Amino acid sequence: MLENRRWVIIGIFCLVGLVYLTRLFYLQVLDDTYSLGASKNSIKRVVEIPYRGQIYDRNNQLIVYNTPVYDLYVTPKQVRIPDTAAFCRMMDISRPEFDSIMGLAVNYSRVKPSLFLRQLSKEDFARIQDALVDYRGFEPVISSMRTYPAHTLANALGYVSEISKKQLDNQDIVYYRQGDYIGHNGLEEQYEEQLRGKRGVKFMMQNVHGVNKGSWKNGAFDTLAVAGQNLITGIDVEVQKYADSLMQNKVGAVLAVEPSTGEILVSVSAPTYDPNMLSSRFFSKNYRALLKNPYKPLINRPATASYRPGSTFKLIQALIAQQQGTLFPNTVYGHGGSPMRCHCRGGNNLRGAVQNSCNPYFYNVFRKFIYHNGEHNVFKSSAIGLREWHDMVEKFGIGDRLGVDLPFERKGNLPTPEYYDKAYRGALRWKFSNVYSLSIGEGELLITPMKLVNLAATIANRGWYITPHYIKGFGKVGVGVPSEYSVKHQTDIDYKYYLPVIDGMRGAVAHGTVTPLANIAGIDLCGKTGTAQNAKFGHKYDHSIFIGFAPMNDPKIAVAVFVENAGWGGKAAASVAALVAERYLKRKTEATVLDAQVKASNYMPPAQFLFDAKKPVTPKKDKDTTQKPAAPKPLMTATKPKAVTITGASGN
Amino acid sequence: MARQNDPFSQNIDWLTLLLYLCLVTLGWLNVYAAVYTPEFHTSPFDMSTNAGKQLMWIGTTVILIICILVVNHTFFDTFAFVFYGFMILMLILVLVAGSNINGSRSWFKFGSFQIQPAEFTKVATALALAKYLDVPGINLSKQKDLLYVAGIIILPCLLIIASNETGSTLVFASFAIMLYREGLPSWMPAVGLSAVALFILALIFPKLYIFIGIGVLAVLVILIMPRYNRTLANLLAIGVVGIGMMIFVTGVDFFVNNVLQKHQRNRIKVLVDPTIDPLGVGWNVTQAKIAIGSGRLQGKGFLEGTQTKFDFVPEQSTDFIFCTIGEEHGFIGALVVISLFVALLIRIVILAEKQRTKFARVYGYCVAGIIFFHIMVNIGMTIGLMPVIGIPLPFFSYGGSSLWSFSILLFIFLKLDSRRVAFTRR
Repeated sequence: MLENRRWVIIGIFCLVGLVYLTRLFYLQVLDDTYSLGASKNSIKRVVEIPYRGQIYDRNNQLIVYNTPVYDLYVTPKQVRIPDTAAFCRMMDISRPEFDSIMGLAVNYSRVKPSLFLRQLSKEDFARIQDALVDYRGFEPVISSMRTYPAHTLANALGYVSEISKKQLDNQDIVYYRQGDYIGHNGLEEQYEEQLRGKRGVKFMMQNVHGVNKGSWKNGAFDTLAVAGQNLITGIDVEVQKYADSLMQNKVGAVLAVEPSTGEILVSVSAPTYDPNMLSSRFFSKNYRALLKNPYKPLINRPATASYRPGSTFKLIQALIAQQQGTLFPNTVYGHGGSPMRCHCRGGNNLRGAVQNSCNPYFYNVFRKFIYHNGEHNVFKSSAIGLREWHDMVEKFGIGDRLGVDLPFERKGNLPTPEYYDKAYRGALRWKFSNVYSLSIGEGELLITPMKLVNLAATIANRGWYITPHYIKGFGKVGVGVPSEYSVKHQTDIDYKYYLPVIDGMRGAVAHGTVTPLANIAGIDLCGKTGTAQNAKFGHKYDHSIFIGFAPMNDPKIAVAVFVENAGWGGKAAASVAALVAERYLKRKTEATVLDAQVKASNYMPPAQFLFDAKKPVTPKKDKDTTQKPAAPKPLMTATKPKAVTITGASGN
Repeated sequence: MARQNDPFSQNIDWLTLLLYLCLVTLGWLNVYAAVYTPEFHTSPFDMSTNAGKQLMWIGTTVILIICILVVNHTFFDTFAFVFYGFMILMLILVLVAGSNINGSRSWFKFGSFQIQPAEFTKVATALALAKYLDVPGINLSKQKDLLYVAGIIILPCLLIIASNETGSTLVFASFAIMLYREGLPSWMPAVGLSAVALFILALIFPKLYIFIGIGVLAVLVILIMPRYNRTLANLLAIGVVGIGMMIFVTGVDFFVNNVLQKHQRNRIKVLVDPTIDPLGVGWNVTQAKIAIGSGRLQGKGFLEGTQTKFDFVPEQSTDFIFCTIGEEHGFIGALVVISLFVALLIRIVILAEKQRTKFARVYGYCVAGIIFFHIMVNIGMTIGLMPVIGIPLPFFSYGGSSLWSFSILLFIFLKLDSRRVAFTRR
């Protein structure tokens, strides 16, 4: 009898289950008041995006600040537009644009707000503010936009724009959400975490009509937004702008650092663009235009363009050979026995060879360096010598990334014996005569302007360098600077060996390879010119290079300049460098003739080379910049006696 | 038989075990979803969150289960009263030495973890009841035996009430299911259900209306009655019942308004009218309903819930865990969970009926009753069908005490059942 009560009990279980499921079905499926309630739930999460940190130059001048702008959000379900045509006119958008934006918004959600128009300026917003009352469903949200009062430094700064899908998916710690802004490239990316601050979240109670009723639980769950930190850079905006003006109608890079600190003073990538272009609501239009520009203004040449250093590399050769003990200040080499041409008279000592940039001299220096080991087999000896050479050159920060505070930096190439082994498909299949073009900075060497300016600073310091960097502090000078930017890197070359080289550099500017006008009075510029071969458009279009520092005995600025396709290094590049150094040291330009001459010159690569080709190619892009050194290719020239290097390196 | 001595290949009821594992796993995932914050991408294994701790509790539970399966089945039978006595002792001890959490002195605190003896008293009481009813000759239709049974149930209740943990006390009502099966006179449940119905009516309607209603009902009964039954005694009996009901309704009124504490009163009243106390209990219930309601048919997806984050729904990883299921997995998720629970309950009843000993059967019905009561009250309160009573959803809610006690409860029964299977196979 009693066993049958089990059915009653099971019945109760099932009945309760059914009653609950019925109730749930009613709550969840039939009755939609609750789901509507949720979408405008009585608690609203308000995300507070803090102001992004501003960026200053070394003299406290603003480079980047934030302008308040308005993003307009739309909630499709609430939208009432009496006259769509008038609305479009007011918003300055076309009807198809309006339809596509609304379509996207409806697709996303009918009840949640989506972005309608972004970054309306204060003026634009003031214009539509009153009219918005007539159009329901639109809600302005205050936001901010990067503004660049100096209109310069675009490539080093990078830009701020919406986070990409890929970045959104690849976050280690999920912080960003769809539609968030994030720094791209340059300092904006490098220091993103400090600049962006920390997002705050506020919980607001709202009634059914969406009217705020105060904070939820007295703000127990709120987190305050923490404003981004202001970044102080070592850039000197005035000189930077001046350098910009000098680099007009030229392709290349200008870099200047303070040798004693490694702070970057000037960082010009030419051609460049106005950074404000990438921070308006026309971002995508402008970005596309810049991307299509054949002169590639979006490339940050100082850190990501690789060039052959040309004759500027002779400075390193002179230093390491002295340290090795195979070169003395009074060593003299003539032109004989060298496969290289030269336009100087020959018979120079070290000082004169630097001053006149004598190719055969450094051919001999390098030859002696490579074969300065007990080995008699030339192949083995070359390998040993090149290894020693590689290790000594590496100390100058060449061959690997320097560690500058930018997200992208190229390694360049400093060939090792293994590199040639691979290229010649076997060890001991190459010797000095295959690699001698390295002696004058040609061949397989690849180097960024950043490394070259670092070389100038190293010589200015007579033996050490601090890795070049943009940052000078967060909020205050010296705060939050990574510790690696106070480490002195030694080159392990004795102080005394620098002196004859520096003498020669001063000589080069005073009465050597540099054009006389660039020897500006009162700045005591020391320097070395270089002309990197660029067979692409014929040797008329070699790259003009100059590195140097000033003043000679108390260096305050080290400069490196690349001007592509400008030919002889002593003219274009040296002039720009001299003017930049003068402006920095004197805060004014007295060499007005030179100034005018430089500004008037135009070294843009010939248009037919750029536009005739199917895909737009700039010389540097195809030849030197972007590609990794394709191993076997240069060897084809070097193995033949009539190497391109010879003709190319005119050795100023 | 060799198999019998091996605790791991015992004749465990695999279906029950499977249902148990499903429920525990789903529970853990939902605890994770409830504590998950999109800002910080909480890891499910982060020991600082409830989800990570719950995982640790699940781990210790496995050890407990193994212990239960290893010991001899006679252990529970023999020591039933010892357990009971021990738990009574603990309940007294907790009154003296327990930590005060949220106004109830019912927790022992060890470092950052807390244990609530009341949770385990259920198990001990179930064992004690089973043991008592196992004695031959005990019959629930006898008043003396009924009195003893009531005593076994009421003693821990009083102690738990003393520690201010009313919710846990109500759970002891679940033994009614076992008692019904074991021969409780059938008028008793009828009276009980009528009382509940009257109680609810008394809350909804003014006293006078109910009095009139009772009067009308009495007259109707008399009119419908066959004429020959209208004896004076019967009329008198109807009158007594009617007046008794009126007294009961008055009592309810008095009880609700004068005896219950304010928050308890509100929890009951809010059932009837959710707009009462809109920022307190009513608000919680409304939030819970919004969360569940917003899940619609398919739910918003795992971790995609918006209402069950940041404590919008209070106690969302413990007592209101069902909101997370409702919001993120919708009606389908709720259907699955409720079906799993009902399947488990039915399975336990079926197993209980198969038991050869009265001890095992009584214990099985206790298990079913306790789990059923928890499910009914917990889910009921989130969908506005039950007053808000702070008791956990078995296997789902975050918390070591509840997970341990439900697992012990269930696996002692499975252990007893495995003995039965081994016996039949031999």
